Amino acid sequence: MTDWLGPEEWQAVALSLKVAFWATVLSLPFGILTAYALARWRFPGRALLNGLVHLPLILPPVVTGYLLLLTFGRRGPVGAFLEQTFGLVLAFRWTGAALAAAVMAFPLMVRAIRLSIEAVDPKLEQAAATLGASKLWVFVTITLPLILPGVLAGAVLAFAKAMGEFGATITFVSNIPGETRTLPSAIYAFLQVPGGEASVWRLVIVSVVIALGALAASEVLARRVQARVRGENAGRPDA
Amino acid sequence: MRGDRMLEIALRHRFAEFSLDVAFEAPQGVTALFGRSGAGKTTVVDAVAGLMRPDEGRVVVDGRVLQDAAARIWLPPHKRRVGYVFQEGRLFPHLTVRGNLEYGLRFNAGAGPSVDEVADLLGIASLLERRPSRLSGGEKQRVAIGRALMARPAMLLMDEPLAALDGPRKAEILPYLARLRDETKVPILYVSHALDEVAQLATTLVLIEEGGVRACGPVAEVLSDPALVPQLGVRGAGAVLSATVVAHDPDGLTELACAGGRLFVPALAEPVGQRLRLRIEAQDVMIALDRPEGISALNILSGVVTALRQGDGPGAVVQIAVGEELLLARITRRSARALNLAAGVPVHTVIKTVSVAPGDIGAVHGGA
Repeated sequence: MTDWLGPEEWQAVALSLKVAFWATVLSLPFGILTAYALARWRFPGRALLNGLVHLPLILPPVVTGYLLLLTFGRRGPVGAFLEQTFGLVLAFRWTGAALAAAVMAFPLMVRAIRLSIEAVDPKLEQAAATLGASKLWVFVTITLPLILPGVLAGAVLAFAKAMGEFGATITFVSNIPGETRTLPSAIYAFLQVPGGEASVWRLVIVSVVIALGALAASEVLARRVQARVRGENAGRPDA
Repeated sequence: MRGDRMLEIALRHRFAEFSLDVAFEAPQGVTALFGRSGAGKTTVVDAVAGLMRPDEGRVVVDGRVLQDAAARIWLPPHKRRVGYVFQEGRLFPHLTVRGNLEYGLRFNAGAGPSVDEVADLLGIASLLERRPSRLSGGEKQRVAIGRALMARPAMLLMDEPLAALDGPRKAEILPYLARLRDETKVPILYVSHALDEVAQLATTLVLIEEGGVRACGPVAEVLSDPALVPQLGVRGAGAVLSATVVAHDPDGLTELACAGGRLFVPALAEPVGQRLRLRIEAQDVMIALDRPEGISALNILSGVVTALRQGDGPGAVVQIAVGEELLLARITRRSARALNLAAGVPVHTVIKTVSVAPGDIGAVHGGA
C-alpha cells in the first residue's frame, strides 16, 4: 500500500484515518446521550436540540466551518478558553480537523442511534426496573446491549463521513500538508497542480473503497439491531 | 407476619376518560383483581409497581410503605421489590433464559431460591441456555414467572399471566402458581378476567368495576354471593368448595370428601389425601325438596337455602349452605316459586358428575 501510494498521498490517508477515528470516538458518548434524549425524553428545548443537531446537514459546510472558526478559533470565546485552560489549540491543527469532522458527522451518528433506541420497547426497560435496576443500570444492561449494533452502525457512518469532510475542514483549519491536509483536501490540492491526476485517482479509489465498506458495514449492523429487538416479539419458537 | 393485613392498597387517579378510586385490604395469599377489561385492573397493578404515579395513593405491603401521597413517600419501581409478571412476558431478548432468571440477582441481595431450584419448580431446567425467541408461549411465561421470583420479591404482581395462552398451556402453569401460593410467603396480586383461574388460585377476591371496588372478601364468600352474580357473569357464576381426594375408583371416577358429603368427579391425577378446591358452576346445580331416587346424577349434597336472588329475567340464583360451605344454584323463577324456596328451607342439591371439568379444580398444598 505504501508503495502504491506516494508519501504525500499516504500522509493524507493516514491523517484522515487519525482525524476520523478521534472524531468518531470522542463524539460517540455525546451522540448516544443526544440520541437517547431525543428518543426518550420530553423536555422544553427538545425541538431546538433536534434542529441544532441537524443543522450541519443543511447548512453549507463553509458556513459551519466559519462558525467553528469564530467559536473555536484562538480569539473565539471557546477557543480562547480552551487554549488558556488546557493549552488546547484547535484552529489550523489536526485536532480542529477532528472537531470539524465530528460536527459534520454528528447528525448521521445521532440519527442511526436514535432509530435503534426507538426500536427498543420501553416495556422491557420497565420490566428491568421492577426487577431492581436503577435507570442507569437499565440503560447499561438492557438498552445499550439492544442498541449496540445501531451504535456501531452510527459510528461507522460517522467515521466514513469524517473521512470525507472537506468544506468545514478547509474553512476552519485550512489545508496544511502533514497537519490538516486530509484525504479530500489532498485531492483538491493535487487537482490544482499539473500532473496531479494520477495521485487524484489513487486517492479517489481509496475514498470510494472506504465509503462503500462503511455503508455495507452499517447496513449489516442495522439489520442485526432489528433482529435483536424483534427476538422477543416474534412469538414463534423458531422465528 | 401480619396475616390479616398483608396488603393495603388505596389509589385515586383521574384519567381523561375515567377515574380510578380503589381501596382494599387483603391477607396473605393470592389476591385476585377480577373485572372486565378496561375496569382499571392493570392500572392498579402498575401503580403498585410504581410504573404509574396516581394522583393520590397509599400502598403498604407487609408493613412496608411503598407509597403514601399524604406522607410524601414514593419509592421508584426499582426500590419496591415487586416481582412483576407481565401479560406478554417481556423477556429480555438479548439474554438467555438463565440470563433472564439471574437478572434481578445483581440488584437484590438476600436469601432465596437458586436458578436451579426455580428452574425445577417451573419445569424450565432444560431451557436455560436458550434465547427467549426460541421458546413457546407457555415456556416464556414460566420463565417470566421465574425471573420475577428470582428477584427476591417482597410481593408478586401478575397481570393476566395466562391470558395469552391456550387451555392446555394454562392448565400446565396453574399448578405452579398454586404451589407458589402455598409454598412461599410472598403475597401475590393477580389480575384476571377468567373465573376458573380466580376460583383455583385466589385467597381473596376483589371485584373491580368501572374504576372502583364492587366487592372484596374471601374468594368462597364473594363467589357464592348471589347479589354479585350479574357482575361475575351469569354463565360463569359458581361457588367454590374445598374437598379432599378419598379414592380413585376403577370405573374412572375420583371420590372426593367435602363438607356436605361425598362427590364423584371424572378421574383426577391428584393423589389420595390431596386437598383441592372445586368450582361448581351455578348452572350445573339442580335443587330438589326430597332426596331424589332413581336419578343418574351421582352427587347429591344436602343443605339449607340461605338466600334467593331473583333477577329481571326468567332466572333466579339460590344460595345453599352445604355443611360450612356455600353453593350457588341457577334455576328459573318459576321453579323457585313452585318449590316455595326461601331462606331456611332444607333442600337437596344435585350436581352432574361430568360437569366438574379439570379446569374447575385446583390443588391446595401444605397448611394454607
